[in-house]
Amino acid sequence: MTIIELIKQPWPWYVAGPIIGLMVPTLLIFGNKTFGISSSLRHVCAACLPAKIPFFQYDWKKEIWNLFFVFGIFLGGIITAIYFKNDAAVVVDSNLVAELSGYGIADFSGLVPADIFSWASLATPRGFILMVIGGFLVGFGTRYAGGCTSGHAIMGLSNLQLPSLIATISFMAGGFIMANLILPFILSL
Amino acid sequence: MTINKKYNNTDFEVRSLDAICKNQETVETPMWHNVKYLLFGIAFGIVLIKSEVVSWFRIQEMFRLQSFHMFGVIGSAVVVGALSVFLIKKLKIKSIQGEEIILPEKTFNKGQIYGGLIFGFGWAMTGACPGPLFAQLGYGAMATAVTILMAIAGTWVYGLIREKLPA
Repeated sequence: MTIIELIKQPWPWYVAGPIIGLMVPTLLIFGNKTFGISSSLRHVCAACLPAKIPFFQYDWKKEIWNLFFVFGIFLGGIITAIYFKNDAAVVVDSNLVAELSGYGIADFSGLVPADIFSWASLATPRGFILMVIGGFLVGFGTRYAGGCTSGHAIMGLSNLQLPSLIATISFMAGGFIMANLILPFILSL
Repeated sequence: MTINKKYNNTDFEVRSLDAICKNQETVETPMWHNVKYLLFGIAFGIVLIKSEVVSWFRIQEMFRLQSFHMFGVIGSAVVVGALSVFLIKKLKIKSIQGEEIILPEKTFNKGQIYGGLIFGFGWAMTGACPGPLFAQLGYGAMATAVTILMAIAGTWVYGLIREKLPA
């Protein structure tokens, strides 16, 4: 198996997790930056539509490194699609496959289910709720919580911050409630 | 360049630390220096996709406790991150600019609970947190553009009404 073929396989958690963890010291040592991503959304607001809202009145150009970082994540996605793409469908638990097929989700080839996340399904109730309302909740919730999975769960917990532990537990609790109790109704629409 | 610049708070408000990605660097660097963050972002984006943590299906699996994968990724990332932070503090490692590395302390507010729950809902719905959204779009999930725009809208609305929210 060549190196490229090896890279194309899905990476196990014990390879990916430590590399993600190394982002923390890398950003600290290379620029005294604390790892985090959701603030980029705030910088976009401050840059594009501050609308005299105090929360967006700050020098976003000073934080421009964060926009370079997220643009890099976007490019990383493109590079992976061109050079390291694995055409096999994601292998998930058989119980999940069975549950999702009950909602008409049969295509497991993409990162997101093509049966729901597409331009066409934007006009359907479940597509609208998951993409439009779901996206809104991600942006609103991360800023209200003061960070996302990277800023709180990885950076904050790495620095042993109690508020980040509280935030991380809340993320997980919200996810469990949504996935198990509410999502079945949305997917049935 | 002033000494107290690093304590300058771009938020100037009560919840002073609710912008996470703090720029603690006091040395003025030319714009092209930001290219290093572009490279780190590219590496991060590749890892996110190849480890499938940006997969909507993997997120569903995690929240149904059907797989250890996501917990393994986040858990081992935290262990490596915590060990790194410990060593940086212990050995007083400086940044490449020769500065003392500063890790802001976070203060508790109710937003971490309410906002955290709201984000958790969104995470399970979209299968993505903010970083993965950009990776998904790059990988070709074009409809994610809608999710990103709505996430920006959500951030904007938060900024608009934050004074009225419990803190």
